[in-house]
Parts: sequence; structure tokens; C-alpha cells
Amino acid sequence: MTDLAQLGNVLGAWYDFRDLNNLQRLITEWIAEWGPDWLASIVTGVLGALGILAVVGPTLLILIWVERKVISRFQQRYGPNRVGPKGLLQPVADAVKLILKEQLAPRAADKLIFFLPPVLIFVPGILIWGVLPFGPRMSVADLNVGVLFLLAVSGTAVLVIFMAGWSSNNKYALFGAMRAVAMSISYEVPMVLALLTLVVFSGTMSVNGIVEWQQQEDVIFILLFPLSAIAFFFAASAELNRTPADISEAESEIVAGYHTEYSGMRFGLFYAVELGNTLVVSGFIATFFLGGWWLWGLDQWVPSWIILLVKTGAVYFLLIWTRGTLPRLRIDQLMSFCWKALVPATLLFVVVAFVERTLLISEGWDTTVALPIMAVFNIALTLGAIMLFARVARPAPLRRPARIRMAGSDIGGLRAAREVASRREEPQFQVGGD
Amino acid sequence: MTTADDTQLAMQGTIEALTTGDGSEPVVVNLGPQHPSTHGVFRLKVTLDGEIVQDAEMRIGYLHRSMEKLAEERTYTQNIPFTDRIDYLAAMSNNLAYCLAAEELLGIEVPPRAQAIRVMFAELQRVASHAMANGTFINDCGAWHTPLFYMFRDRERVLDMFEMTCGARLTTNYMRIGGVAFDLPDELLPTLESFLADMPDRIADYEALLMENEILHARARGVGVISPEMAINSSLSGPVLRATGVPWDLRKANPYCGYENYEFDVPVGEQGDCFDRFLVRMAEVKESLKILRQVVDTLPDGPWLADVPLHARPEPGEAYARVESPRGELGFYLVSDGGPAPYRFHCRPPSLINLTALKEMSVGGTLADAIVTLGSIDIVVGEIDR
Repeated sequence: MTDLAQLGNVLGAWYDFRDLNNLQRLITEWIAEWGPDWLASIVTGVLGALGILAVVGPTLLILIWVERKVISRFQQRYGPNRVGPKGLLQPVADAVKLILKEQLAPRAADKLIFFLPPVLIFVPGILIWGVLPFGPRMSVADLNVGVLFLLAVSGTAVLVIFMAGWSSNNKYALFGAMRAVAMSISYEVPMVLALLTLVVFSGTMSVNGIVEWQQQEDVIFILLFPLSAIAFFFAASAELNRTPADISEAESEIVAGYHTEYSGMRFGLFYAVELGNTLVVSGFIATFFLGGWWLWGLDQWVPSWIILLVKTGAVYFLLIWTRGTLPRLRIDQLMSFCWKALVPATLLFVVVAFVERTLLISEGWDTTVALPIMAVFNIALTLGAIMLFARVARPAPLRRPARIRMAGSDIGGLRAAREVASRREEPQFQVGGD
Repeated sequence: MTTADDTQLAMQGTIEALTTGDGSEPVVVNLGPQHPSTHGVFRLKVTLDGEIVQDAEMRIGYLHRSMEKLAEERTYTQNIPFTDRIDYLAAMSNNLAYCLAAEELLGIEVPPRAQAIRVMFAELQRVASHAMANGTFINDCGAWHTPLFYMFRDRERVLDMFEMTCGARLTTNYMRIGGVAFDLPDELLPTLESFLADMPDRIADYEALLMENEILHARARGVGVISPEMAINSSLSGPVLRATGVPWDLRKANPYCGYENYEFDVPVGEQGDCFDRFLVRMAEVKESLKILRQVVDTLPDGPWLADVPLHARPEPGEAYARVESPRGELGFYLVSDGGPAPYRFHCRPPSLINLTALKEMSVGGTLADAIVTLGSIDIVVGEIDR
């Protein structure tokens, strides 16, 4: 536990907005004066849950607007701008429309299992916020196994997705669900390994502990373990079903994947949770790899939760950017990328982290000197690994360049085709290949 | 490449698996008639073993409007608007092919200015159609509409030029038997000039965004491959044929409207996969811009419409005229019995004939590959069903 006195500039008054926990602490202390311990725990838990809902609900509405607006700008259009100022009320209008729509269920659907997923999908979506620290003591549950909790809870979402896909009794939905299961299970491995690197190196499984380690050592983890950060980013975006890995709801292939048969607000809930998960994953990327609520002392002056929100926003923008730019990979390509590239690479870095940690402890090296050296070494190793992947592990057909030649005066059938192909001169343009 | 025999073997394997009690069973999935990637109401019935396509069956006819029969009741001039609606993404090319056939039947000489205007609009149409084809192709590869919107900007400018010339954007009804309906408006040539000035930068942008895109390579290279022999045997045409390496372009092989006077080249691919089709289309846009530049520079003066009676009655006989539409060889076959309406009106739609190779291209690949292949063929269902 962190000593309260060490928190320095925090005033500790209930109105001090730099630490939103103050109000809650006040209430808990007040209850503790006269009531039993369990009452205080329950009240804190309920307050925390309400706090999460109060933050997540409106944030989702704004996020829908942000995502649509930003992606519109990528696509040279205005995006929603009719309802409310700058289209800000568009998500509200959408929500009202979705609530008023008829809730259809296919006749052949497994009714109970079909009704449950839109509700159940909220459980991991909300629970996961519990361990995200917004400030030194500002997380609903500062678990000492926070990382484990995070992975366990996020893993349950795939069960709900499979329920949705299976019970719809629709082939597109089943395909989407099967793809989601296959991909989630695969991408959880590099995700776990990427976080294991941090856990091994910082020696704590508490999410807040990892941030405090970064604060203490004056370094952010993306500099120390860039490949883990990249792997975690990609694995997380695969778990979130966002392009380039949105195969479980690939619009051009299987319409909407596992939620094809959901209409009205049931679809809306899936959509909202997906966005919420994107935000919370951005938050965790910011927390694990970018220092979370800490920013080289700025957190003494600016409320820590604002720092976290800014970092989260930056990561979220990156996610929107990839979504707006990249085409989708195929499932076999995603799988082979996961198992042949991400898993070995993250495993390598687990070993590297283990060795470096052992060196730090057993040799008693000065961290101010040793950490920069390790960072440089790890960055070089990362670049090497990426280049090795680009050279060696690329699928075979990519090695041959695609060439476009100009036929010139050779017009005709196969003979002309052979003549054009046999010409020595450089093709008009040539892309790809080594 | 999968041959028909391989498919047969795969099917036999499935049947064996069923009868030997393996317990597995292929899934039949209907893509369409309502589906985000079928570009209209086209139905593809795929038999899947997991994600692998074992069989693909095309079901067409959902957009059948009986145009060929309807055209037999209308005069030659009245039939021109039908051709707009056959391939609604390349209305100008369809107008042109039909008018060429009617002119051949009537024996009409088209004035040079009309010829140049026809070439101009046919090439503008090609730019617009290829923008659409490449945009939707990248969409089928899974990009979230961004390249599509980029390419739609260019298409929009072309459609604006259509609108200022003939009042319509998609179903233009601009060509007439013996020329074109209206002369160019004064504001067209400056607009076209600025379009021609902007396009090279735009294309460079698209090339930077798409051509070295690793994911696009992974999705489109080596996917939907067809050999040049098979392409010729299936009578494919257009970019799908040229991507296999066969340099066949009617503008060169059988010039019409004075294409022999313009300098341009025919881009051909090498491997006949989806990516080559995409590249060929990109290169063709550049060649079209080259032609447009020359048309603008050498635009002759004079009449834009020959003197043709509205109710022309050609001598009994037949005529077939073909053009290189953005999708391939587009032909119109007309038979006259001496009356004011054609006795037979037949269209050779490139989309339909290019589509026949889809099974050849997609069996053995994954479901996702089949979608990309379908996108790369660039079908227009209005043209398939007519």
C-alpha cells in the first residue's frame, strides 16, 4: 500500500478534483467509524461500479461521435453534422432509433442463448475498467494480480461472442463466431507474453504497480520493450475485431459476423461494448507502455486522470487510423502471423526481460545507467527481429514482384503475350518483391 | 491453379468423408442476392469446407429486365436509353457501342468532331468506372471505405462533367446515331483541363497508399489466378484478360471512332491474379488520361451530329459493333428486317462472360479469396442480367 503522506501535493479534501477517490474515501472512513467493515466494502464497491458506469456511458456516446467524425475526415467527408451542434447529438439520436426498433429474433434461434449475449457482453466490458488506474490510488480495485484479472476477464468475452454466433442459427454468424474464437484464443498468447515481459521486469502483477515502477525508474516501457508494445497493440486490435483483423465481423465477407441477426438495441449494445473495449484497451496500452497517469512530473500539476485520458486518446487515434487505412488480412494469414511471428518474438522478449532483470538484481547494477543501455539493446533487437521477419518470414508469392508491361505494337493472343513477356526492357512499373 | 479435375477430386473426397462416417459435411453458404460484396443482386452459392471453397455456383437473373426483348418494340433511337441501364457504371461506353452498331446497319458517316467527343467521353467513363472498380476492390479486401471515398472524388468530377454536358450523371443517354446529342458546353474544356492537371497527383497518391501496401499484397497476390490459355478459352476480355498477360485491346486491335489517331499503350500484367487486375486498371487510367490530353489538343470543329432521320428504317441485314468498355469487349448485335425497330437486339456483356471464370478462379481458395476475386472481376449486375 502506498503511504498517503507520500502522495505529496494531493490536498486530500473531497473537492480536490485531482484525485477523484477523495470523496469515496471520505464516505468509507465515515462508515468505518460506526459501521462494520463489510458495509464499507460493499458501499465502496457499489460506488466504484456506479462511477465506472457514469464515466463509461457518456464516454461511449461521445466516442461514437469521435470515431465517426475522425474516420470521416480520413475519408474526405464531414461525418455526422445534422443533429445538434457539429452533429454531437447524433449518437443520442441513433440510440433512440435503435431502442425504438423492433427486436427481431430468428425463428430457429436458440432463444435463451440468443437473448443473453447482448447483456452478458457488458460484464467483461465493465469489469475490465475496474483495474485501470486513473491516478496513484484511483482504480476501483487495485488488485495485486491486476494483470491476471485483466487477461482473465477479457478472455471471457469470446464465450459470449460464441454464444451469439451459435444461437443465431445463421451461417454468417457461425462463421464469425468460429473465426472470433480461433483468433481470440491465438492472440491471447502474444498478449499474455507481452504483459509477462512487463511483469517479469517490474516484478509486480498490479497494474498500478507497473505504472509506479515506470514512475520510479523514470522510464516508460515502450522504450524498454518496444516489440512487446507493438505485439500487444496488434494483438489487442485483433481481440477488438478492428481492421486489419476484423475477420470475425468482416463486412465484405460475412456481412456482420456473429451479430448478423441482432437488430435494434441488441446490436447497439454489441456496438457500444466494442467501442468501450477499444477505449479501455487504449487505456491499458497507455498504462502499460506509456506510463499511464505518470508523465515525468507533470502529474504533480495536472490531474493524473487527465494525463491518462490524453495518452488513451492518442492510442485510440492510432487505432482509428489503422482502421481507416488498412485492408483486412485473411484468417490463415492472421493465424500464421500470430503463431509464427508474434509468439516467438514476444517469447524472445520474455527471456530478454528475465535475463536483464536477473542482471539488475544479482549484479546490483545502477538502474540509471543500466536501463538506457538495455533500452538501446532492446530497440536494436526489435528492429532486427522486424527486419528478419520482413526478409525471411514473408509468404512466398510476395517475393516475386508484380510487373506491368506495356504491350506496344504487340496486340493479339498468346503469341503476342509471349512476346511481351519475353522483352528485356524494364516493365512500366514493378511493385513488391525483394 | 486448380483445375476442374482437382475440384472433382475434392468433391469426391467430401463425398467419401460423408459416407465413411468422418462426420464432417461441407457447408453451403449463399452469398447474396443481398450481400455487401456482390455489387448488386447477384447470388453466389459456395460450398465450403471450413474456410476453403470447394464449389462455387453462380445464380444470376435477379436483375433481369428483359431489355433485349423490349428493344424489339422500340425504334433505333428510342433504344439508346436502354443501353444506359445495361451497364449503369459505364453508360457512355454502352451508348457508344450501340450507336456504332446502328450506324453500321444504317451506313452512316459520323462527323469528326462527334468522333472526338465520343472518344473523350468513353475515356472519361473509363476513368470513372475504373475508380469505382478499384475502390470497391479494395473495399472487398477489407479496407474500411477509405480508398473508395478517395476514388469517388475523381469519379465525382467526371460525373460532374457528364452532368454539365448532357444533364445526367449516370444514365447519360448522350450518344446519338450519327454523333452525339449536344455539342460540348463552354465550361467543359476548362473543367477537363483542371481535371487532367490534378489527376497525376491523385494517382501518385493512390499508388503511394495502395501499391506497396503489404496487406493488400498478401490479400491479392496469387489469389484468383487464371492462366492466359484458360482466359482465352473462356473468352475473357478487358482488364481481367490483360492481367494474364494477353495484350488484347479492341481500341488497338479493331480501332473505332478514330482511336488509331491517338497514342496510347496497352498495359498487361504477368500473373493473372487479383493484384495484376488492380494494377492493370490503375495503369489504364493513366493511359486514358493520355488519350484525353490528345483529344483536347486536337479537337476538330464542325457538326457534332450527322443528319439521321428519327425513325430510320435500315435495309434488312445485320450488324455487330464492339468497343473496349471498361469491363472488356462490349458488343451489340442488331438485326433489321427493314422496319423501324430492330428485329433482334443482342448485347455481348463483358461482365457476364468474365464472370464465368469465377469458379475457375475461386475454387480451392478461401471464402475471403472468393470475395476478393469477385471484386477484382468488376461485375455490373445490370449488364449480367440485362
